[in-house]
Amino acid sequence: MNHRSTFVCSIVAFTVLLIISCDKFEPEAPADDSLLDGPVNGLTYEQNRQFLAGDIAFNDEIFTPATGLGPIFVATSCGSCHAGDGKGTPFTTLVRFGQTDSTGNKYLHLGGPQLQNRAIPGFQTEAIPQGASSSKFTPPANTGLGFLELVSDEDILAISDPDDRNGDGISGVPSYGYLPEFITPNSNALVKNGKYIHRFGKKAAAYNLLHQTVNAYNQDIGITSTFTPHDVYSGHTIDPEVSDKTVRDVVFYLQTLKAPIPRSKGNGNFETGKALFTQINCSGCHTPQLQTGYSPVSALSNKTIYPFTDMLLHDMGAELDDGYTEGFAKTSEWRTPPLWGLGLSPNSQGGQYFLMHDGRAKSIEEAIMMHGGEANQSKDKFKQLKESEKSAIIQFLKSL
Amino acid sequence: MNKIITVFVCIFWMTLPLQAQIDPSLLKDPTAHSKKDLLNMDAIYDRPFVTNKKAPVSLGGYVEANWQHIGTDGISDGHQLQFRRMTLFVASSISKRIKFLSEIEFEPADKEIAIEFAAVDMEFNELFNLRGGMIINPIGAFNQNHDGPKWEFTDRPISSVAMLPATWSNAGFGIYGKKYNKNWMIGYEIYASSGFDNSIIENTENKTFLPAAKKNTERFEELPSGTPLYTTKVAIRHSKIGEIGLSYMGGIYNKWQDDGLVIDEKRSIHVFALDFNTTLPKTNTFITTECAWVNVDVPKTYSEQFGNKQFGGFLDIVQPVVKRTIAGWKDAVINIAVRMEYVDWNKGQFIDTGSNIGDHLWSIMPAVSFRPNSQSVLRLNYRIQKQTDVLGNPPSNTAGFNFGLSTYF
Ligand code: HEC
Ligand code: HEC
Repeated sequence: MNHRSTFVCSIVAFTVLLIISCDKFEPEAPADDSLLDGPVNGLTYEQNRQFLAGDIAFNDEIFTPATGLGPIFVATSCGSCHAGDGKGTPFTTLVRFGQTDSTGNKYLHLGGPQLQNRAIPGFQTEAIPQGASSSKFTPPANTGLGFLELVSDEDILAISDPDDRNGDGISGVPSYGYLPEFITPNSNALVKNGKYIHRFGKKAAAYNLLHQTVNAYNQDIGITSTFTPHDVYSGHTIDPEVSDKTVRDVVFYLQTLKAPIPRSKGNGNFETGKALFTQINCSGCHTPQLQTGYSPVSALSNKTIYPFTDMLLHDMGAELDDGYTEGFAKTSEWRTPPLWGLGLSPNSQGGQYFLMHDGRAKSIEEAIMMHGGEANQSKDKFKQLKESEKSAIIQFLKSL
Repeated sequence: MNKIITVFVCIFWMTLPLQAQIDPSLLKDPTAHSKKDLLNMDAIYDRPFVTNKKAPVSLGGYVEANWQHIGTDGISDGHQLQFRRMTLFVASSISKRIKFLSEIEFEPADKEIAIEFAAVDMEFNELFNLRGGMIINPIGAFNQNHDGPKWEFTDRPISSVAMLPATWSNAGFGIYGKKYNKNWMIGYEIYASSGFDNSIIENTENKTFLPAAKKNTERFEELPSGTPLYTTKVAIRHSKIGEIGLSYMGGIYNKWQDDGLVIDEKRSIHVFALDFNTTLPKTNTFITTECAWVNVDVPKTYSEQFGNKQFGGFLDIVQPVVKRTIAGWKDAVINIAVRMEYVDWNKGQFIDTGSNIGDHLWSIMPAVSFRPNSQSVLRLNYRIQKQTDVLGNPPSNTAGFNFGLSTYF
């Protein structure tokens, strides 16, 4: 063999080797249980396609003034605030103002309920009107919401205890509210004086994921749709800036995001923590286990889930009362947030924790210590635990 | 600024004896000039052309094609075969001291046929030449010296394509000149051109993104701000030490008035770049580096997602390791090389928390290249890259191989 053929042969051999083995030189996928995003297992091809369409609209569709952004807004895309479908940070936190009781928002004519604190070039941002009380809302994680949407009203009612009959100091109530016109109630929905049980949002003021999504487009990004045709800035109806199909795809995406996968392996404290969690009645609100009802998406239908929420409103005491509310909730009432995926929060919060409705708690322990009102007993019991027991609870929560 | 430039132009015009000539050899035979006598700003003429004595034009060009297999966090794009671009140069010496050069780029992936450069040069004096047409703004060195076959890497530097706008050309006029003195050489360029628009902060990249303005082809017809973008560069070369270039580009970028009505404040952009290259004498190691600082006046009421300060750059080190006849190619060269890059699209801190804003990236890319001759290159790169989002969350990891072919024709 002469030089030339040696050269050519070695190039060919090297290339073949490279082509066969190139996967090995690429970064490995992070473990499934370390990620919040991704679809539930068992979607059909067709469902995968809709999931992908929703994924793109949620994460990649960045609105610009040319595509309808604002003119006043809070962020340019869903994904800007819900990075990796995880919780947000003070930067993505939004402000709402103007309602103090069930008689409704008194500042709708002055830009309420949401503060659009950013504006496209050439426009003025909103400011909180004098005299209006306000509250900050840090974005929650978006995972597993499709399962929560499918928990029946009946089940939610069954765990509510408005009069505290069991005497544990906890008196969770469902959040009843009127439906906007574009929402069709579920066939198994329970109605009370024309009001339906709402379950999404920190004040549980959104009925379902369509409700939440449509409001998010409108209030967070300044995008009108056929569902909410009014421009946030002028208050006038304008042409829809997002299509019904896109809205439906995003809703489907949210519905089929997988539930966070617990990371209990190798966590010796998991069982201890779990037992203590129930013992001091954290589980009185953070209900460990729920059941979904029927769904045409078989991956979601009739499943047992472990979200650690009862989706009820609780009076959380004066410290957490910002003097602002939504729907028919009291200003001191908050809906129990799910705790699944809690340990992954720092991955979307810039490496730290920002917990509770406005991100005021910088660690899980701080969050617990901020519980008041109906959660007082539970918190006091937590305080009395030994350090090792406290840390077992925290380790347990981190592995959810 | 307008006035200063006008005065400057006039003084030059009047005081210089109109005698110098464009060196036509630059057009005809790239080897006639030793590389050492050339600055980065000469790169657009320092290209191989084919000339037929009878025809009035010289032709040239290059192609770039590659294979790539790159993945991010376990999601691989698999095998990708890409025809990146074909570029055609057409040059002609209209007279001894007037010449024309154009560069037309075909990028099939973008369904784009774009004129990248099409300018007429008129020479009055070595220190004073006039250039007008579609010019390439001399910001940094890569923008002017971007031909695929000149580099050991299939991808263009990230800071040059995704922070600065690579091959950023505009309708414009300017003057340039050069002076030699023994081992020294100094050159300058000053242009007034069309430029940026609101898209640099109103784009789907969700960040301040200068290259977004490249999409606006109306810039060859109309300046959104009604004021020119000024670009200026000074470069000094010592044949033993190397070349250093300093450049600035700036102006008002936004459409602040429409039909005589004021619709926004005037907002400016300033870009500074520093470039340096040298060949180490003993080892023949070629080092080239460039970094740039971008300052954009982003409205305070807009989102912090869009940064007002950016920084980025790259460093290439190329080491020839074999130079001999290989597989029948005389004086073929094998190089090993590495590129290190960094870009921060949003420097500064969040107002609410005081914590650092992320939105940055770094990358290291070792490479091997084979040059059968000086005009063609086969190159194999392996990229390792970490990119952090604006919130500073754990970075995404990208890595993979790139194999490419690029040659002048
Ligand atoms: C400015 C940041 C921001 C943007 C942009 C944003 N969200 Fe949200 N999102 C929030 C905050 C804050 C909350 C909590 C609000 C509440 O409780 O009422 C929230 C809540 C939600 C919830 C309810 C979660 C739950 O557990 O109840 C869903 C679903 C949701 N967002 C979807 C979206 C979609 C879809 C988009 C895009 C159309 C979007 N968000 C855009 C900040 C944002
Ligand atoms: C009375 C009902 C109730 C009880 C009992 C209760 N919690 Fe909570 N928990 C809530 C509510 C409501 C919030 C949200 C408050 C807010 O957003 O300001 C919350 C928030 C949290 C958070 C922060 C979650 C987040 O996403 O920001 C953690 C962690 C938490 N609880 C853990 C516990 C633990 C541990 C216990 C037992 C010691 C406990 N909770 C007992 C109702 C309760």
